[in-house]
Amino acid sequence: MSEFLSITISILFHGVAMAMVLYLISVGLSVTMGLMGFVNLAHGAFAMAGGYMLVLLMKQQHWPFGLALLAAIVICVVMSLILERLLYRRLYGGGELDQVLMTMGLIFASVGAATWLFGPVSQSLEPPAMLRGQINFLGRDFPTYRSFLILCGALLVTALWLGLERTRFGAQIRASVDNLRMAQTLGINTSRLFSIAFALGSGLAALGGGLGADFLNVGPNYALEYLVYFLIVVAVGGLGSIRGPFVAALIVGVSDTAFKYLAPQYGAFFIYAITMAILLWRPRGLFGQSA
Amino acid sequence: MTVSVSPGSLEDRKAVIDAFARRHRFKWYEAIPWVAAIASYFAFDSYHALGAQMFATILFALSLDLLIGFAGIVTLGHAAFFGVGAYAAGIMAANGWQEPLSQLLVAAVAASGVGFASGLIVLRTAGLTLLMQTLVVAALLQELANKWSSVTGGSDGLLGMKIDPIFGVFRFDLYGDTAYVYCLVVLFIGWLIARNIVYSSFGRSLTGIRENPNRMHAIGAPVDGRKIAIYTISAALAGVAGAMIAQTTALVGLNTLALSKSGELIIMLVIGGVGQLYGAFIGVPLYMIAQDRFSQIDPIFWYFWIGLFMIFVVVFARGGVLGVCGRLLERRSSR
Repeated sequence: MSEFLSITISILFHGVAMAMVLYLISVGLSVTMGLMGFVNLAHGAFAMAGGYMLVLLMKQQHWPFGLALLAAIVICVVMSLILERLLYRRLYGGGELDQVLMTMGLIFASVGAATWLFGPVSQSLEPPAMLRGQINFLGRDFPTYRSFLILCGALLVTALWLGLERTRFGAQIRASVDNLRMAQTLGINTSRLFSIAFALGSGLAALGGGLGADFLNVGPNYALEYLVYFLIVVAVGGLGSIRGPFVAALIVGVSDTAFKYLAPQYGAFFIYAITMAILLWRPRGLFGQSA
Repeated sequence: MTVSVSPGSLEDRKAVIDAFARRHRFKWYEAIPWVAAIASYFAFDSYHALGAQMFATILFALSLDLLIGFAGIVTLGHAAFFGVGAYAAGIMAANGWQEPLSQLLVAAVAASGVGFASGLIVLRTAGLTLLMQTLVVAALLQELANKWSSVTGGSDGLLGMKIDPIFGVFRFDLYGDTAYVYCLVVLFIGWLIARNIVYSSFGRSLTGIRENPNRMHAIGAPVDGRKIAIYTISAALAGVAGAMIAQTTALVGLNTLALSKSGELIIMLVIGGVGQLYGAFIGVPLYMIAQDRFSQIDPIFWYFWIGLFMIFVVVFARGGVLGVCGRLLERRSSR
């Protein structure tokens, strides 16, 4: 019985940690999808960039963890703003196929650029000394770094939700997701809103990619390899929703951990099967608006 | 290619009706790809193996064009059907069933079965959810092929395939002479099928569904059924293409089911032009010849440049090669 309990706790712990990473990366995708109806398949490339920046700044420049993470986020935000103005903007309201193509092109370019700059081998994150080892909580040992991850994720998610519910900017985003035209009529500068939301989403993705480097290995194929996870989280959660993806990330994180632990011979098979089942039941996702 | 319908004089209307009545007839330029393919057989003696792969890939891209270009179903998982076909032929060949044409048939049936079953689920959604689900179907099959290694060879790929001569006469040789002709003939048959679909009333209704599904519902077209039908047909063609690649290279790996495969295919199709039936015939050779040249010089850079090029095509050269040529022709004739 106690073995069963400790396995359950362990699965829940690692699953929730993974969910935090998945949510941080995917929430921006859900917002851009809801706001602009833009299918940004290259969203994972920002997470990859964040991961690379963090790992390399720490390894090669010996920057401290916090500073490197901050730098990674800032660089990704700037990069995403440039790309948004230069490329994404042209395709708002355009055909879905064009969006898919352009972001697919970005993915391929990111794969090539990362291979060229950092080599084909994936990079591993070395957490700072403070976050290594185990901590004892209620008589059980937990890996410090993943505990930190959960804590960080929980704080960020709370801040994000409060920001969207309580601030003027959050209200503007919610209004624009609900009804873009009406929001424009009321004088909300949606063009600026798009840019900020896009940059915010990319920054969060960079943060998720950096923090989550020990779940999702930072390699050149990052954006291709994990795309399916990000899309699952967004689609199962419901497009444009902020909380839906959190629930979806919890489902994916915990069940992925559970199946990989209990039935490793099936790999990711069950995650995909569960996803199909959920969408068969609710084609618009768990928290999607019904038409 | 396009016929503009505007209210006008009787002669105008007659011209429009004539244009519609003639659209399905064979035009002289439709022979160009086939003449070029036959001429290439003699001109590029040492590239027959590459040519065979090219034809199979064109069939694969053509099947994708039916979905994206005509039915408006944007998918990220078309490699699923290619892979199912490849594994079907490969598993048969590795287990003693060595006759190639029956392998093609089984591959087509297997792929269309997967297409029908997944279409029932996947086509209920649209947009990002549809993209995700098509991707998940391919990922699910890839995981299956990876883990079920006793049958599929797992991550090592399926080895030890043996293929009998076609009709018991034409042996698959090292230089790809037989493969070249074999793939070309199968591609031709596939193209005839696709062309007939596109110009049939069924094909027209698919275009209607692409342009305005609500209206098609309103006029009583069985939208869901037609989407599933074209999804199944397209899957069958993709499966045949996969089986041809498996037979001519005698190797099937997990990459036949990968997202990068689907992504590359979309890129090839778009370079040529989507929804014009001949985009595949232009995009695939351009892509594969360029890849053959450039990846010898610098394989790492290939993905980088093809990605940049893709962005360029979307932003500046809508419609690919065929789209740009069409616009140039229009501009000249309007002058």
